[in-house]
Amino acid sequence: MSEHYLQVNTITKQFSGLVAVDAVSFHVDKGEIVSIIGPNGAGKTTVFNMLTGVYQVDTGEIIFEGKPIHNLQPQDIVEAGLSRTFQNIRLFGDMRVIENVLVGTHIKTKYGFFDSLFRTPRFRREEAELTLKAVEILRSIGLDSYIHNYAESMPYGAQRKLEIARAIATDAKILLLDEPAAGMNPQETEELMDFIRSLRDKGYTILLIEHDMRLVMNISDRIYVIDHGKRIAHGLPSEIQGDQRVIEAYLGGAKTNAED
Amino acid sequence: MRKDFIYIVENFLSRYKLIAWAVVCAGMLAVPLFGFSPFIMRMFIMIGIFAILALGLNLLTGYCGQVSLGHAGFFAIGAYTYALMKINLDAPFLLAMVVAMVISAGCGFLLGLPTLRLSGNYLTIVTLGFGEIVRMVIINWRSLTRGPLGIGGIPAPELFGTTFTLTNHGFYYAMLVMLALTGLTCYAIVNSRTGRAFKAIKQDPIAATMMGIRTTRFKVLAFVLSALIAGAAGAFYAPIIGFIDHNTFNFDISVLILTIVIVGGMGTMRGMFLGAIIIIAFPEVARFLMTYRFVVYGLLLIVMMRFRPQGLLGWKSRLPYNIPKAAKKQLEAGA
Ligand SMILES: Nc1ncnc2c1ncn2[C@@H]1O[C@H](COP(=O)(O)OP(=O)(O)OP(=O)(O)O)[C@@H](O)[C@H]1O
Ligand SMILES: [Mg+2]
Repeated sequence: MSEHYLQVNTITKQFSGLVAVDAVSFHVDKGEIVSIIGPNGAGKTTVFNMLTGVYQVDTGEIIFEGKPIHNLQPQDIVEAGLSRTFQNIRLFGDMRVIENVLVGTHIKTKYGFFDSLFRTPRFRREEAELTLKAVEILRSIGLDSYIHNYAESMPYGAQRKLEIARAIATDAKILLLDEPAAGMNPQETEELMDFIRSLRDKGYTILLIEHDMRLVMNISDRIYVIDHGKRIAHGLPSEIQGDQRVIEAYLGGAKTNAED
Repeated sequence: MRKDFIYIVENFLSRYKLIAWAVVCAGMLAVPLFGFSPFIMRMFIMIGIFAILALGLNLLTGYCGQVSLGHAGFFAIGAYTYALMKINLDAPFLLAMVVAMVISAGCGFLLGLPTLRLSGNYLTIVTLGFGEIVRMVIINWRSLTRGPLGIGGIPAPELFGTTFTLTNHGFYYAMLVMLALTGLTCYAIVNSRTGRAFKAIKQDPIAATMMGIRTTRFKVLAFVLSALIAGAAGAFYAPIIGFIDHNTFNFDISVLILTIVIVGGMGTMRGMFLGAIIIIAFPEVARFLMTYRFVVYGLLLIVMMRFRPQGLLGWKSRLPYNIPKAAKKQLEAGA
């Protein structure tokens, strides 16, 4: 019934009384960059957590490529083609940068346990291929000089990029980026913008949560605005910029913040 | 300054890797030629056995992040299986060894299942309980294990018509072979998709899940592997000490193995060897401290946790990541 690539129908999530996400619907078409914006605590990350199976949905459904994926195991959702980054960076800090990306290739690795035990030709071939793939991804995102570093030793902006690299390594069809520009300086943000565009050109579909309005307005094909768990607006960047409800939501959020 | 020293050593060893390995192997093979007393030879063998145990536990604890305080249980299962197969069925050495490993691994699987629901300290307490349950079974299943009387006169292993003993250095060389096999196995596992999954699970189970890693499956696998290795160590240990009972495999042994892993450096293989040497040789060298052995271990652990939580050899290598040869060639060609 849904002809959209990713179709989210009235999903709701409640945390002991607090309705974090309230009957939110949206869709993403193939090859689009769609952004979800909203004030702090609006429920954006919670939407991502439901999309990726961290949380089950209370009600509603999530359809990807015509198949329901809500309430599946997170691992099955990754295999279906959704991969994410984390707002609060969750890298494998004690592992090398390239190993972090190789972990991303985990589900695409076909050799078995005994192949690795006996170092079979199949193991060697595939490990070499994966390594090349990982290096290629790191190159494309501008992290090739860090390949041998430990992830935690990298600067903050580079860590955010590594999160994206790791998500790409899963061969995701849709990338869910949760505030990828947080903590980046303007130049890094600019590079990130170009990189996200280049991903779209390569055929990725991108769902983006971001507070950096310049980035959002420049890059998004469409924008959804969430406030207090509810979807309050939807449209092109130019439409959202002038939307009275959106301005109020942001200002209102600022006011309550100032009060407490 | 000290870090630089480590780095220089690392660099040196990696440049002369083959020579370094040749020296170590030749040295270990030549040990019996020096005419050490049986007491010292026995100590070497014990160090080897405990290094094997530590390598196994390290997979589970050092790499996968699941602490086990019941490893003596697997050690015991291996030892009892070997002893009973030998005495009751007169089974050949290798068969008894394999069965010991299989049964121990099976128990590892069962112990790993609670990871479906438990993690962290709760799981550790389950493993502690497991070690005690094994002891209780040994004491109470008299018809099989002879209960508190223990099992004596465990036949020595034999292969190709030779019987291994301490004096013909069969034990020593068998230990070396087992140690080498265990080391290679662990190396192969650690440097593969499985090892990466273990490390990812240890560092951030949520992020690992989001990369599509079936965390429960890999945790259970880590339990199975480390149990299998401990079972093999047990099967080898039984004929060497000749007599086993429930007290041979008490809680202290579980703590001992974990101490080796922590002191040596969790999540490194090199640390297991040094850890075993220090922890096993220490009581022999400092006999006068024997009664306070576990007090000293406890203090050692506390001091380690305070001043060197990563363990003696637990530094992070500063050598470049080991890129597979085939990939390296292509990268160099492309660059
Ligand atoms: N596991 C949880 N348990 C209880 N409450 C939660 C949980 N996760 C999120 N919440 C609450 O749900 C609401 C929405 O949180 P969410 O993290 O989705 O906001 P957000 O839009 O991502 O905000 P930010 O821009 O600050 O990241 C918040 O009030 C938050 O406190
Ligand atoms: Mg958020």
